[in-house]
Amino acid sequence: MKTENQPETHITQLPDAAVVVYISGDWKLGRQVPQATDTENRLSALKEIRRISFEAAGLSGWDSSLLTFLTRIIAYSGRTGITTTLEGLPEGVRRMLELAAAVPEKKGGQKEEKRPSFLARVGESAVGFKRSTGEMLAFIGDAVVALWGLLTGRAKFRLHDLFLAIQESGAQALPIVSLISLLVGIILAFIGAIQLRMFGAQLYVADIVGISMVRVMGAIMTGIIMAGRTGAAFAAQLGTMQTNEEIDALRTFGISPMEFLVLPRMIALTLMMPLLCAYADLVGIMGGFIVGTGMLDITPSQYYSRTVAAVSLTNVWVGLFHSAVFGVLVALSGCLRGMQCGRSASAVGEAATSAVVTSIVCIVVATAIITFSCEMLGI
Amino acid sequence: MNSAKPEPVIEVQDLAMGYGGAILMQDITFTVNRGDIFIIMGGSGCGKSTLMKIMIGLKEPAKGKVLYDGVSLWDSDAEKKALMMRRLGILYQSGAIWSSMTLGENVALPLEQYTDLSPARIRETVALKLALVGLAGFEEYYPSELSGGMRKRAGIARAMALDPDILFFDEPSAGLDPVSARLLDDLIVQLSASLGATVVVVTHELASIFTIGNNSVYLDAGAKTMTAGGDPKRLLEESKDPKVINFLTRGEAGSGGGKLK
Repeated sequence: MKTENQPETHITQLPDAAVVVYISGDWKLGRQVPQATDTENRLSALKEIRRISFEAAGLSGWDSSLLTFLTRIIAYSGRTGITTTLEGLPEGVRRMLELAAAVPEKKGGQKEEKRPSFLARVGESAVGFKRSTGEMLAFIGDAVVALWGLLTGRAKFRLHDLFLAIQESGAQALPIVSLISLLVGIILAFIGAIQLRMFGAQLYVADIVGISMVRVMGAIMTGIIMAGRTGAAFAAQLGTMQTNEEIDALRTFGISPMEFLVLPRMIALTLMMPLLCAYADLVGIMGGFIVGTGMLDITPSQYYSRTVAAVSLTNVWVGLFHSAVFGVLVALSGCLRGMQCGRSASAVGEAATSAVVTSIVCIVVATAIITFSCEMLGI
Repeated sequence: MNSAKPEPVIEVQDLAMGYGGAILMQDITFTVNRGDIFIIMGGSGCGKSTLMKIMIGLKEPAKGKVLYDGVSLWDSDAEKKALMMRRLGILYQSGAIWSSMTLGENVALPLEQYTDLSPARIRETVALKLALVGLAGFEEYYPSELSGGMRKRAGIARAMALDPDILFFDEPSAGLDPVSARLLDDLIVQLSASLGATVVVVTHELASIFTIGNNSVYLDAGAKTMTAGGDPKRLLEESKDPKVINFLTRGEAGSGGGKLK
């Protein structure tokens, strides 16, 4: 069905090898405008054209849709050696077309789609892995040097920054650590109860929850929460400072970003992680206690005495050791990715994501190594 | 501003710079004399800020030397380089005020790091530096509470914290309204005149170039090198290079002016 002011073109061939393209209607984006390809096909079907002119008396409105159409037709004429005259077009259209043609396309300006071969990509990944490993080792080395500087009284940072980092990575993390640990305790108790009920040994739910929370689960859950919460925050903070040239400003004042920015964050998280872990252990055991006493007919004193009997001090130390190691790893990963951050807003996002991924991978690998070592040492 | 006999403070010799093995600029040689307000100028993306980063010790050059009073910055060991860098006061393009600290803490930090002043003396010095840039009483403000122009002025106060004898300004008027830009230019001239500091300004603002500059270097991205140098007003009158004239007249005198590049 034809609507009012429908954008249209039609072509009339004149005797002297000239063609007039009549343009009429309301040429606006969002309306069904004629395709330049159709007009090109109709023009190419005509023989011996040397000149194209336009007639736009019936044009009631125009925007970029008309300009893109005309640009295509002009480009087609250029390719086929036909001259175009724009006199019949509104002045605004002519000016816009002149503006678009004022600067020719830069040679080689378009990005070429280059897809490297499989071997090239493998090679690039290997070289990239080597480089990033080198950067990581250099960063760890710098961090150790800075820590040594601190111990020998040469490294400087503001105590205020340390307390701020302690607050951010300690007290402010308590609500989320409480929630997750309580739920993990409850889940462990439920899973344990289903298995133990078959043997009538529900009481041992206290052993399962106590040992698993204290020895490793409390530390791992705290580590993962802190990776997502604090590690990402460290990366975003340092990344934004990198983007705003704040880290450059520190360097030019001769202040080491490693001492001034990384050290307080690393110390804060390494100190706070064992405390958070101990808290998570208690809350997790509380979760098991709720399930045990509420649903498994275990009395509070029975649950308490089973937990005390099952959980040895060794387990507590192993758990706290895990969490201290995770604290170092999460802080290092967050700060490393922040310091490596590029100078754009998207780079800050990438740094935060990368910090979380690196932290979690490090946590899992470290857990495997510590568990294996404990097994070998009989701890 | 210039003393009778020019005394070289910064000498850039045969410098080349680039990224990842590709050379973007080479054969850059110029001298900044004591008391100069030296302009590094050129079109967008020609490497002005990169040249400044090399001069202030943040980015290593592909080739060449930067000498401060005859001593090469990039050939010095880390300790000596740090000492040389401490002579410089730098205003970054974004201001680069440390966002987690108040303005007072920003200006105080270099003083706390490198002087034995008592906290009371540091407070007095900070108040003075902030007053010099028109921010008296703003000690307790955080950078996020200030306008762009105020942040830049705070950046100048911090750059002046250790009374440097060389000041670098990276695009000081970028993103400022014309009046704030003009006030900042006036401030730069006043600081240079009263402190006797040598000033290096990276800019493409013609108003600033002619108002404050008495020496300059022009970087041409197409030619991949510097193509002119000297007093900008003299360059405008005497230069034969159409690109330089085009730049200094906003494209109104040269051919092909006004076209987007």
